[in-house]
Amino acid sequence: MIQDNGFTRRNLLSALAVAPALASVPALAETPRRGGRIRVAGISSSNSDTLDPARGNLSTDFVRHFMFYSGLMQYDSRLLARPALAEAMDSTDYQTWRIRLRRGVTFHDGGPLTSADVVYSLLRHKNPATASSVISIAEQFAEVRATGRYEVIIRLAAPNVDLPVILCDSHFLIIRNGTRSFRTANGTGPYICKEFSPGVRSISVRNPNYWKPGRPYLDEIEFFGISDEQARVNALLAGDVQLIGSVGHLSIPRVRASARHAIHATKSGNFTDLVMQQSSPISGNPDFVLAMKYLFDRKLINRALLSNLGSIANDHPIPAFNPYAANDLPQRQFDLDRARYHLKRSGFEGLRIPVYASPAADGSVDMASVLQEYAHRINLKLAVNRVPSDGYWSTHWKKHPLTFSNINPRPTADIIFTLFMKSDSSQNESGWKNKRFDQMLLEARGSQSEERRRLLYGDMQEMVRNHCGLVIPVFLNLTDGFDRRLRGLGSIPTGGLMGYSFAEYVWWAG
Amino acid sequence: MSTSSPTSYTNSLTLFILRRIGVTIATLLLVSLIVFVITGLLPGDAAQEAMGQAATPEAVAALRASLGLDQPAPVRYVRWLTGLFSGDLGLSLTMNAPVSEAIGSRLWKSLTLSSLAAAFAIPLALGIGTVAAACRDRAADRALSFVTLIMVAIPEFLVATIAVVIFSVQLGWLPSMVLLPDKPSALEFLRAYAMPVMTLSFVVIAQMARMTRAAMIEQLSKPYVEMARLKGIGTQRIMLWHVLPNAAGPIAVAVAFSMSTLLGSTIIVETIFNYPGLASLMVNAVTGRDTPLLQACSMIFAGAYLLLLLGADIIAILSNPRLRAN
Repeated sequence: MIQDNGFTRRNLLSALAVAPALASVPALAETPRRGGRIRVAGISSSNSDTLDPARGNLSTDFVRHFMFYSGLMQYDSRLLARPALAEAMDSTDYQTWRIRLRRGVTFHDGGPLTSADVVYSLLRHKNPATASSVISIAEQFAEVRATGRYEVIIRLAAPNVDLPVILCDSHFLIIRNGTRSFRTANGTGPYICKEFSPGVRSISVRNPNYWKPGRPYLDEIEFFGISDEQARVNALLAGDVQLIGSVGHLSIPRVRASARHAIHATKSGNFTDLVMQQSSPISGNPDFVLAMKYLFDRKLINRALLSNLGSIANDHPIPAFNPYAANDLPQRQFDLDRARYHLKRSGFEGLRIPVYASPAADGSVDMASVLQEYAHRINLKLAVNRVPSDGYWSTHWKKHPLTFSNINPRPTADIIFTLFMKSDSSQNESGWKNKRFDQMLLEARGSQSEERRRLLYGDMQEMVRNHCGLVIPVFLNLTDGFDRRLRGLGSIPTGGLMGYSFAEYVWWAG
Repeated sequence: MSTSSPTSYTNSLTLFILRRIGVTIATLLLVSLIVFVITGLLPGDAAQEAMGQAATPEAVAALRASLGLDQPAPVRYVRWLTGLFSGDLGLSLTMNAPVSEAIGSRLWKSLTLSSLAAAFAIPLALGIGTVAAACRDRAADRALSFVTLIMVAIPEFLVATIAVVIFSVQLGWLPSMVLLPDKPSALEFLRAYAMPVMTLSFVVIAQMARMTRAAMIEQLSKPYVEMARLKGIGTQRIMLWHVLPNAAGPIAVAVAFSMSTLLGSTIIVETIFNYPGLASLMVNAVTGRDTPLLQACSMIFAGAYLLLLLGADIIAILSNPRLRAN
């Protein structure tokens, strides 16, 4: 049973913000002030900017969705699910969930929030015509029905403890029953959409009837994307925008040098990895895979490419702050001798093989160059093919024996494993198929015992670390730059700009 | 000599213009066909690009069907063409809105920026070129040549970024992007557009000035100039009233080419100054494989280029009495 004191079975975690400036929970000495108009620049903007939560693809979309819509549950800084539009959500077997909706919530057009809106919002993800980005997760919903004006039952195909956390995702935000057109956004969120031009900007104004009393604080937010990182930082330092996402590590000293600005850094589960296709005889050879795993100089990558702002990873996708992180697994070190030994054993010494990298996978081009240098020392000729970001995911990702990829943070271990390592997932990067892993995944998803879950996830991390065809050297961090007069910016490790939901937390002290 | 009465001259000029417009329309249709074919050759389509990493085969297929991309290519092109002739530019595949709506405000913004840049650059370039030609081989000419050569050589994105760092970040005189309130005052307008216009003008001023200088120097070696000097007419009057009209043809062509370079450079300015114009719309259309939007944008750019050339040719004809007679 989850109520307002959070999901009590999980361990408490320490605050995730790296920068000493701001705590993750805004319980500060300063009281938030109402008013103020700010401009925020995200990292990208395209013609396909959308106000449909199901179709959100870029961070720009997620920010807008959290401004205009609310969800059944909401992340807190420790990635636990807190009640939002759902006042309570409980289940005895983790397969059938009963949701009790908050009463008195209204959409921006004045209509009340009822169970019909929730049923519509959740079921539309299963319809292929919606083209939802989370259609594979929605397959778990066997049945969603309203059992009252303010009550919904969700029956899953199999037990899943993490359903409340899944429902915090921006794709599952609640829209009005029957909405088909997304020229504007009609939601229950903290801001009302005053203007929206895809690829240009959006203007949000405070929702006076927001269901959280006293929030939000700002009067208006103008939000757009500046894709050129230098231009984005310049805009912040010139005072034209008050908050930006994704400050490159080379620009961090510039922002810190400005008296009026500061950096907010958050550790995250975002990583760039080397993907070795298991179907190819070369990259599928277990010794070759191990050789590559030992070939990565993780400390160098963290120091030279990330200015030591990342966290060393251990070839599995679970970051250290996740409650199920197996931090006792021995850390794989850079070891040229072992790499040389495994390469010899694989029989591919002296081989010439291309590896594909692209700016679409953050930092992959530099990592590939470093890798090429070390590969040369063990008599492996890696040819780095730097390809443009345009069309990388449809043209090159997974299509060659060696490619680089970048995976955005996901809130739970189950989601990461399901999307990227489960045998039948279309996003399974390396084509690694392990029946035992799949069984463990399903068992952990529905397990009633916390200890059992911990054991299973620990073993799964070990399996991925040792056998999966991925090399995950470091976890990247998220850095935002902001004007010091903007207060209340915290961390939610699913993404930058406070997990894209900064809009309802920040206030202007200027 | 053929008859050079006013009516026959107007007739032949009108005929010339009409023929050129006909050629222009044919060229635009050819451009749309080429863009369609090339976009089709690029890997991926609008449905795949829209879903990105989250693309599952079923979801992509469903999206493809709803966008009409499951039809064969010739069918899609003919359908678009029939729509075009009835005035409908089609539906944008990425923006879920009619193409005309998507282009609407951005075309206006691009025109504003280009016109401002042209209004700033052309008089300045002509002035520099004229002064350089008049002071040929003396100190002023050498200095201007040197400066314009450097201006041509520096890439625009470097100019733009340095300008932003100096004028916006360090000095705080100008905004780092074009942010205008709904009803801007004249000063706000000028401040916002100052750096984008200067960046765009940087290279084209240099090009036009050098070509103006060359055209005028060619005229200055003609006998009628020597005759005018012997008659005692001052240099300023010679340059403005005798040489400039005769050099108008080549100068107009140089201006037309420079203006088309300017159209191409707008993408850099739009990226750095976050200016929502037609060029960035077009680049996004390529990335998103949004064929109808891309075709419309390409035709607009090609049309603008052809119109500039037509204008230059008309000026060349009007300024040269010998061409007028035919």
